[in-house]
Amino acid sequence: MLEAKNITKQYKKGSFGKKIFKAVNNASFYIKEGEVVSLIGESGSGKTTMGKMILKLTNISSGNIYYEGKDVSNISGNGLKEYYRKVQGVFQDPFSSFNPIFKIDRIFSMIKREFYPDVKAEIWDRKLRDSLKSVGVNPNEVLNKFPHQLSGGQLQRLLIARALLLDVKLLIADEIISMLDASTRIDVLNLIGELKKKGLGVLFVTHDLSLGYYISDRSIIMYKGVIVEMGNTDKVFLNPIHEYTQKLLDAVPRLDMKWEEVEIRKKTDLGFKLFMPGKTDGEPVMKEIEENHFVAVE
Amino acid sequence: MAKNKKSREFKKISNSKENLYFAFRNFKFVLGMVIFMFFLVLAIIGPFTTEFDPTDYAGPGYQSPNSEFIMGTTFFGQDVYSQFVYGLRSSFAVGLTGGLLATGLGLLIGFFAGYKGGWIDEILMMFTNVMMVIPTIALLIIIAAYLPYRGVTIQGVIIGLTAWPWTARAVRAQTFSLKERNFVYLSRISGCSTLKIIIGDIAPNMLSYVFMVFILQFGGAILAAVALDFIGLGPTQGISLGLMMQNAILWNAVQLGMWWWIIPPGLAITLVVGGLYFMNTGLDEIFNPKLREM
Amino acid sequence: MSLMIKNLKVYYQTLRGKVKALDDISFQLGDGEILGLAGESGCGKSTLSNSLILLKPPMKYVEGTVMLDGMELPIQDYEAMKKFRYEKISIIPQYAMNAMNPTVKIGKYISDILGCKGVKYQDIEVELKRRLDIVGLDHEILKMYPIELSGGMKQRMVMVISTLMNPSLLLADEITSALDVSTQKAVAKMLVEFRDKEIVKSVIFVTHDVSVLYQIADKLLIMYAGKFAEMGPTEEVIKHPKHPYTKLLVASMPEVGIKYDETPLKGIEGQPPSLLNPPEGCRFMDRCPQADRKCNEIPPVITVGSGHEVCCWREVEKNA
Repeated sequence: MLEAKNITKQYKKGSFGKKIFKAVNNASFYIKEGEVVSLIGESGSGKTTMGKMILKLTNISSGNIYYEGKDVSNISGNGLKEYYRKVQGVFQDPFSSFNPIFKIDRIFSMIKREFYPDVKAEIWDRKLRDSLKSVGVNPNEVLNKFPHQLSGGQLQRLLIARALLLDVKLLIADEIISMLDASTRIDVLNLIGELKKKGLGVLFVTHDLSLGYYISDRSIIMYKGVIVEMGNTDKVFLNPIHEYTQKLLDAVPRLDMKWEEVEIRKKTDLGFKLFMPGKTDGEPVMKEIEENHFVAVE
Repeated sequence: MAKNKKSREFKKISNSKENLYFAFRNFKFVLGMVIFMFFLVLAIIGPFTTEFDPTDYAGPGYQSPNSEFIMGTTFFGQDVYSQFVYGLRSSFAVGLTGGLLATGLGLLIGFFAGYKGGWIDEILMMFTNVMMVIPTIALLIIIAAYLPYRGVTIQGVIIGLTAWPWTARAVRAQTFSLKERNFVYLSRISGCSTLKIIIGDIAPNMLSYVFMVFILQFGGAILAAVALDFIGLGPTQGISLGLMMQNAILWNAVQLGMWWWIIPPGLAITLVVGGLYFMNTGLDEIFNPKLREM
Repeated sequence: MSLMIKNLKVYYQTLRGKVKALDDISFQLGDGEILGLAGESGCGKSTLSNSLILLKPPMKYVEGTVMLDGMELPIQDYEAMKKFRYEKISIIPQYAMNAMNPTVKIGKYISDILGCKGVKYQDIEVELKRRLDIVGLDHEILKMYPIELSGGMKQRMVMVISTLMNPSLLLADEITSALDVSTQKAVAKMLVEFRDKEIVKSVIFVTHDVSVLYQIADKLLIMYAGKFAEMGPTEEVIKHPKHPYTKLLVASMPEVGIKYDETPLKGIEGQPPSLLNPPEGCRFMDRCPQADRKCNEIPPVITVGSGHEVCCWREVEKNA
């Protein structure tokens, strides 16, 4: 459905803009319909930039993004609007996603105004209420309220409901539950799972490995702007090849095992050299280790 | 759930109403407002209460306040009260034109430079910086001196055209930070155009700030007009508070002890501008909940 | 007993009334123990750690006693607490990244702080360098400005500074929350090492992330809406939770190995009550699957195992 080919985002750095900093370096991946793909990385890995590029909120320095086979890297105007009909996003901070001075209804009326100007008010109202119910909120409890009167979990659901009002096929979910409390975050995560079953494709951007494992079919691990490893979630998590993925997995605090109990992985001779972002120069090449499991090599 | 009920009641007073509620509890704002309204009303109805034209020679000169001329007469016998109320009216007119124009231009340039960024920002800011370093009063003198006919509106326009740069810079900085907010991103992925985002998302979040800027620009324009008048570049026709002061000084009102001629215009300007500044500080406390709860 | 807190109540004074952020908390912490303090946002965990070291308006001390090493701490008296702060109780702030004065070199900054406490920098220099070795920082760092340090280095430096006077009690408030997974592990392990080397006697580690606590804490204290919910040895609380809230909380946590498609987890329905006017009885009542009429009364804290205490009527009935 969506395919990113060799996309790079670079910024000029230093006092005269001579140094070049690559927030995302030559990344390629795809997302299929009805599939949750986790984009996992620590701060500064470029995962959020990646999400913004797909949502066309920031320019792509080089490379292309294709949606349904069509190059969307440089679309604008009506083309962009049609793209947004299919590809939508939800962001990390639910409170700042709402303009604090307006009632929450505004995010929905904006969709009506921009995408469905001809739909009658009653029909729209029913559609909106159905959409709200489908994300598990009671329309009467949330409509006509200000954002600060609702909880973070409710607001994130409203944002998902907003996307569902459109003909959305792909949802970019950027750290959508990292600011929610433990007891409510899992419900929002389960909602993503339900939507997946209905055929929605989701790019789940997160720094939390256990969340990524819980929800996704495939995972992409990013480090310093480079995709170091990607593929089937089980394969990546249970048989990590890249040193960075291994390190990350070993550092995750778990509830079933203490850090001391984590086995030290033996270094094996891979027969090829891993691409180490920050150390290796040039551009990474993705090598297929086993079926649907890739790792970045020199 | 008594708290919920209470908080609901509290929040029922939505933003604007809530601000009004706090506004009338703020001493500085109320004081400034009262002073300002007093002079505004005087400027509006004052001219209808006098039979003399401000430039007419109404009676004998050098008269201290008496029953016929309640604020006395000038050296030449013009009615000071007429001059004062008409002058007040023109000062407000200058303040309004100059203030509106400066605020409007500042907003327009600030919003677009800040939101669009890139080369649009660079060009607009270069222009702004150039305008900023040119000494405003010198520019005003040159423009005013070249205009053979100068009315109050023209004066306001000249002032407005030179007073916007700092507003533009401040608005640009605010827009810069606002446009990286998630709700702006959300409007963007909702397919809203740049103009809609600026009007619908960015401007409303700066409403209180814009209002305060307008008040300051209003006061600033009045002061700038007085400065121009005082050095003889005021309106060629009609009267203004600055012109009154200029004439009073020119004809040695101070040395002659004609306090009724020299004090009212100066006092009125001080009070009006002071009142506006009081309103401004008051509003700062009203709009900023952190200051409010102290 | 290193720390003993009894019936501590700290409220917030707001325009709309008193927010009962910390309501009747009692617990004890032994020497050499790391206590993990967990709960959702607004449960009072940060209020607890702040009130032990810096109780200032709008926080308002209501009642309760805090004993540290057999001495009562005058936590309600801002001035009297001065001589305890840093020397007896110290804190690693949440935003360690900007905790240091950016305009002076780190060595100078340390000597300034020590000056306030009447300690000469020269007297402590040897020990300071030994501490730097423990956390793996080069001695040269003392001649650097904070801006020259990376995030992880700053965090370690702040840890060294906060513990320089060997405090009895160290408070760590969400220190790992903003860190990346790998740095998080390093910082947490360092805290354990500080305890092992007896640089600090006991630690209260505040976080919303229970899995980090499971890694390093000896004891866990779970708070809910300003109240004590459950406390006990870490293994016990995680593996055999007694309070319904703890049970649901632990059960809602995803881990590597649990998948939505295979074993979907469940969250806790509803939201914590407002603390401005909280319900009379158990504060978890509205969301609790096991609640009944009894829960309208405040449940007592009872002991259910060795050092394992819980505040729930169901446990009272079970142990009756």
